[in-house]
Amino acid sequence: MADEKKIAVEKKIGAYICNGCGIGERLDSSQLETTAKRDGKAAICQQHDFLCSEAGVKMIQDDIDNEGVNRVVIAACSRRAKTEAFAFKDVVVIRSNLREGVIWVRPDEDDQRETTQEMADDYIRMGCAEAKYANIPSASGQQSVNKNILIAGGGISGMTAALEASKAGYPCTIVEKSSALGGATAQLYKKIPTRAPYADPEDTGVDAMIAAVEADSNITVFLNSTLTNTAGAPGRFTADISTESGSTETKEFGAIVQASGFTPYDANNLPEFAYGKNKDVVTQMELEALAKTANGGAIKRPSDGKEVSSVLFIQCAGQRSTKAGHLEHCSGYCCSASIKEAMYFKDQNTAIDTTVLYTDLRTPGAGGENFYRSGQNKGVIFTKGIASEVVDGANPTVKFKDLILDEDVSMEVDLVVLATGMVANAGQPTRAEITLSENEAKEAGTEYKVSVESILNLDYRQGKDVPHMTNGFADSHFICFPYETQRTGIYTAGPTRRPMDTRQAMDDATGAAMKAISEAENAGLGKAAHPRVADLSFPSFRQEGCTQCKRCTVECPFGAINETEDGYPEFNESRCRRCGTCMGACPVRVISFENYSIDTVGQQLKAVDIPDEFDEKPRILVLACENDAYPALDMAAQNRLEYSAFTRIIPVRCLGSVSLSWITDSMNSGYDGVILMGCPSGDDYQCHFVKGSAMAQERMSKVGDTLETLSLEKERVQTYEISITDIQKVPQLINEMAETIEKIGMSPFKF
Amino acid sequence: MSNLNTGMVEKYRNNFLNEVEANVEEGEWVKMCMQCGVCSGSCPLGPYWDHPPQELFMMIRAGKREEVLESTSMWMCTSCYNCLVRCPRELPITHIMHGLAHYATRLGIEPKGQPTRQFAQLFWDNLAKNGRVNELWLGVNLYFMNGFVNGIKVAMGMAGIGLGMYKSGRLSIKELIGGHTVKDKSGFKAMIKKAQELESARVDK
Repeated sequence: MADEKKIAVEKKIGAYICNGCGIGERLDSSQLETTAKRDGKAAICQQHDFLCSEAGVKMIQDDIDNEGVNRVVIAACSRRAKTEAFAFKDVVVIRSNLREGVIWVRPDEDDQRETTQEMADDYIRMGCAEAKYANIPSASGQQSVNKNILIAGGGISGMTAALEASKAGYPCTIVEKSSALGGATAQLYKKIPTRAPYADPEDTGVDAMIAAVEADSNITVFLNSTLTNTAGAPGRFTADISTESGSTETKEFGAIVQASGFTPYDANNLPEFAYGKNKDVVTQMELEALAKTANGGAIKRPSDGKEVSSVLFIQCAGQRSTKAGHLEHCSGYCCSASIKEAMYFKDQNTAIDTTVLYTDLRTPGAGGENFYRSGQNKGVIFTKGIASEVVDGANPTVKFKDLILDEDVSMEVDLVVLATGMVANAGQPTRAEITLSENEAKEAGTEYKVSVESILNLDYRQGKDVPHMTNGFADSHFICFPYETQRTGIYTAGPTRRPMDTRQAMDDATGAAMKAISEAENAGLGKAAHPRVADLSFPSFRQEGCTQCKRCTVECPFGAINETEDGYPEFNESRCRRCGTCMGACPVRVISFENYSIDTVGQQLKAVDIPDEFDEKPRILVLACENDAYPALDMAAQNRLEYSAFTRIIPVRCLGSVSLSWITDSMNSGYDGVILMGCPSGDDYQCHFVKGSAMAQERMSKVGDTLETLSLEKERVQTYEISITDIQKVPQLINEMAETIEKIGMSPFKF
Repeated sequence: MSNLNTGMVEKYRNNFLNEVEANVEEGEWVKMCMQCGVCSGSCPLGPYWDHPPQELFMMIRAGKREEVLESTSMWMCTSCYNCLVRCPRELPITHIMHGLAHYATRLGIEPKGQPTRQFAQLFWDNLAKNGRVNELWLGVNLYFMNGFVNGIKVAMGMAGIGLGMYKSGRLSIKELIGGHTVKDKSGFKAMIKKAQELESARVDK
């Protein structure tokens, strides 16, 4: 219905050329106007000396209201500037970048005027071409707001998320696997302090929190329950909550917070520390139990009940180590936890010898350093060294190398505590990873079985749980996009996301609750989540053309696309982040967005005027990621860094969305070089859509052969990884391409 | 082993850190060292110390009593205060070094041949006599610190400077006999005696 309406309305292009910011002095505006009308087929073209002023904006709005202009091409500054002034409603707004894209990157010299003008003319043509093929996005209308938030896990993170969301007026459902709320925190005697002066262990406050959750009529708690199936998309998740006794209840949710916590690393993997052999070698969690039993009195050791008079903490036990079976990461909380536990002894009796054996003491958080200092003040001895062995005996003897004094020491103590760290309860690997492991096992002649239970049991084609990042934690990118996972509408909080202590977990849960709330609302309106926040467009596809290759369903970084029973892709638009990776993946080009499609870019590059081979005016096409590379190019312009006048830049949503047809089209139309600029990929990736850049690299690696069959040089297509800060580098890369073309010659494909 | 030293060993058994905290000036700061090593890196004489301050603190915590107290390290401190101003934990490192040196001396287990220790003793003896430093005698004693022949050699070498100082009135030959004193010499002696009494009372406690 909505589509029919759009087709029925005739597309009327209005082009508006700004003469401000020096554009008028540097460029021939009447020539630009002629180009817009003649080549761009703009019905209306007007100039203004100050387009973003009230008068300029009014001029455009009048044309929209009175002349029926519904495709507005603004030839002025970058699309990243003056967005508020040019936010016209219910029309397509296209920006032709004459300021950052043309005059600021070219020298103001008479002999450069011609090529600079050509650049501007081309951007006008490109803008009009895009306008012709872009449509106004609107929500599909299938959405409705569901304010219910599902929280998987009833530990400190889950309860905090529930309380915070409930306070904001969103009903929550906590699904807890065990028989009680409280999680790991409930097992602690006391917690690491959260308030100044950060000097003493604090009460966990978990009982008060459980009471608050139970008293809250907005929070429903399911104990002894798991999620056996989670289907749908943000705004319309349906979850099967199954209790241990066998009953299942199906409920609907708007968004999900996964606060599934952690499992302490299994100390049985550390036979060198006599764990399991000597009862007086315990883990931090086991010591918490001993301290709880003592409840402020003298802590007694497990073997013979003797009051402990000397204790040694081995930090990083089985952590920060590349040995097989060990954890590679630092769990971040165990140093503070050992200080806290040493204080259990010192606060009870200062005469007890407490030694913390560390390699690097790390106490993150606001009060960390104060807490460390307080531990020292109370007489906890901190020794920098590496433990090699715990010798079993009536009293365990710790052998270690003192790294400051550079000597081997052995120390007999009453009790040894191992700081073993956190393993995320992040559920199963993705389907692709499982398949990979299965294949490997098959080759080795063994059988691979997924040993981990799924947390969410997602009904997603790509796997049952959110994908894991480094070291098995369910994170997306903890600096750039905290709480986000690679599944829209599902947010992770607490130690399942990254190792942390209770205080951090509570902060984390608050953030995740906020994210879940905003996504529940956004999904209701059909708006995209981070990073294309509020984008209303969503992918649609022509089923007639689909070959069921399933590439889109596999490559979608967010697992948004399921498969229908008859094998076609099923786009769940509220799971979609609008990156266009499916569009770039589709070999038959049937996937498109209303405002971003094969044509909106393809027609732009075809609109560029390609001069004759003998004019010695090459053309370089730059497809730049709108998140990092395009801002970097804008900033290069702001710094007046020059680059070749033969460059034509088209912003793309993500390199993952780049269709190979654009590359072949540009080569066929006579472009001399193509540069793709995406974000850094790999372990420290910066791609806003996780793997777009990596995928583009992969796809482009195959372009070389295609070029060779056209007898074109491989150097004509280059892919680069650009950070937003690579301001000096971007113009250089473009100029290098210009030099390369000068060396290898013009493309023979100019007609 | 002096009686005092034996007493201390007996009193604190293995716990050298407690001994240091109780007996060494600013010793209660030793436990606060976080082993960053800024002090050792900042010390202009760092390379010449057997154990830089950071290491001394670790040795104290590790209970290495004799190694610390018999060490020449803390005697190497020239009181430039570089470590003290740079220590992120604000430990009074310079004071602790002198405190350790002083404590070792009191116990009688300081390294006897260490030159700065010897000079410190000469300086103290010289000062304690009249309440003022007799520069001539201090110089003479210093020259002959390492034996008579060596003393003559050094003295000959410094003769020019000494003569110059004498001519410009910077050095008085009268200092050789008696020399100048504080106004109330007996009062000064009484003050030192009282201080030593107080100190002993604290040690015995």
